[in-house]
Amino acid sequence: MLETFFNLEIARSAWPIILAGLGNTVLLSLVVVPLGLTGGLGLAMLASVRKPWVRYPLMAWVDFFRAFPPLVLLIFLFAGLPFAGLELGGFACVCIAFFLNTGAYYGEILRAGIESVPSGQTEAARSTGLGRVQTMLFVVLPQAVRNVLHDLLSNTLEVVKLTALGSVVAMPELLFQARQAQSLTYNPTPIVLAAVIYFVMLWPLVRLLSRLENRALAVRV
Amino acid sequence: MAARPIVEARGIHKHFGSHHVLKGVDLALAERELAFVIGPSGSGKSTLLRCLNRLEEPSSGSVVVDGVDMLDPRTDLNHARQRIGMVFQSFNLYPHMTALGNVTLALRKVAGKTREEADAVGRTALDRVGLADRAGHTPGQLSGGQQQRVAIARAIALEPRVMLFDEPTSSLDPELVGSVLGVMRDLRESGMAMVVVSHEMGFARNAADRVLFMDQGLIVEEGTPSQIFEAPAQERTRSFIGQIQKH
Ligand SMILES: Nc1ncnc2c1ncn2[C@@H]1O[C@H](COP(=O)(O)OP(=O)(O)OP(=O)(O)O)[C@@H](O)[C@H]1O
Ligand SMILES: [Mg+2]
Repeated sequence: MLETFFNLEIARSAWPIILAGLGNTVLLSLVVVPLGLTGGLGLAMLASVRKPWVRYPLMAWVDFFRAFPPLVLLIFLFAGLPFAGLELGGFACVCIAFFLNTGAYYGEILRAGIESVPSGQTEAARSTGLGRVQTMLFVVLPQAVRNVLHDLLSNTLEVVKLTALGSVVAMPELLFQARQAQSLTYNPTPIVLAAVIYFVMLWPLVRLLSRLENRALAVRV
Repeated sequence: MAARPIVEARGIHKHFGSHHVLKGVDLALAERELAFVIGPSGSGKSTLLRCLNRLEEPSSGSVVVDGVDMLDPRTDLNHARQRIGMVFQSFNLYPHMTALGNVTLALRKVAGKTREEADAVGRTALDRVGLADRAGHTPGQLSGGQQQRVAIARAIALEPRVMLFDEPTSSLDPELVGSVLGVMRDLRESGMAMVVVSHEMGFARNAADRVLFMDQGLIVEEGTPSQIFEAPAQERTRSFIGQIQKH
């Protein structure tokens, strides 16, 4: 059993391939998380415009991309768009898909954060001459982010896990590399190794989230 | 006294949807003058103040502050607002910044001062409200009275020409009211023009040049404190004064 699922010999030979995958997963996360956050921030700021011609399209956009399964979205971009003559690379497809999908999620979280900041904060800032953007940047957002920090981190955890989707468009990230190694060695050990790496990488974030939850509970009591 | 008023609002109307909240209010405030505004809840006092710095958009009328037409689309509103300090009932300090950070934000971001310049001005302002030693405290570490004084420092650091106070002591414990009124009195003595919405009748008697009584979106009556408090001409004023003096 141990021979099959955790074969040391195979682990050792697959290690370089897996390590390259880990590096790419980290890089990919470092690209798609900021991308999603940027998209989300844009959506959240648009949400503070109370005009119906901004509001309803925005709601439709956010609902659509939250309901659209990211795997389907990614495959559509990668395998569907070429039929319209638009051939994007795997990396570009992953970036677009994450921008749309995780942007919508981050957008909802940040919108809730912005709405949790009392309007008096904005009024005070505006009354001292700060502009709309300055008020958002220096007064509202720092408080908004603090208020929804838990949800932001929790979403980020999901996003990092979702980078495994990159494997379906041949992005050489952790899961893809592990599967390569598996097919080369005819052994599941590389997959187990990848799972262990995911766990070790994400467990601190999970711990941090629990601590934030406990703190939030303690504050409420 | 023929000098140009520092604030001149004429014929201010404000509608919130179908709700007609201000029905043609005129207000002229001279340099160094303190106008004290009273009136029942919902009479439009806050809305009037907020129209003066355009936190609220008047539906019609004109507002000129220190010679600047506040409703002219060409007016640089953010620049103009620095001449109009505003203090709110709920302080509205930025909770994620220290007292000094609160006072210096606009100095740095709007007035374009360096951090060193802004800190120096900010410390002077905190000193004026008696809180030089609290510069590094966050709002959460300050009492309500101290928070409101920081809020006043935040406004006066920008060297406004006029200060608007919207019930500055209404959310304070009674024992903390005096410190805030003290700062306001100092400010008044330094010659700051002020519009104060408040229920602090004692302060009005001592410090106000003029008391205005508002009801249902109009200034019903105005006069010196003793005229309004002791010999109001209008029945509505009389009954309002009677009511608040019972408390
Ligand atoms: N943003 C708004 N939208 C809709 N109605 C508003 C808004 N702001 C104020 N009002 C309404 O305008 C009226 C006047 O409000 P305002 O706050 O100016 O009264 P006030 O004299 O300051 O009362 P208070 O003594 O309770 O502070 C009230 O009926 C209020 O409900
Ligand atoms: Mg009010």
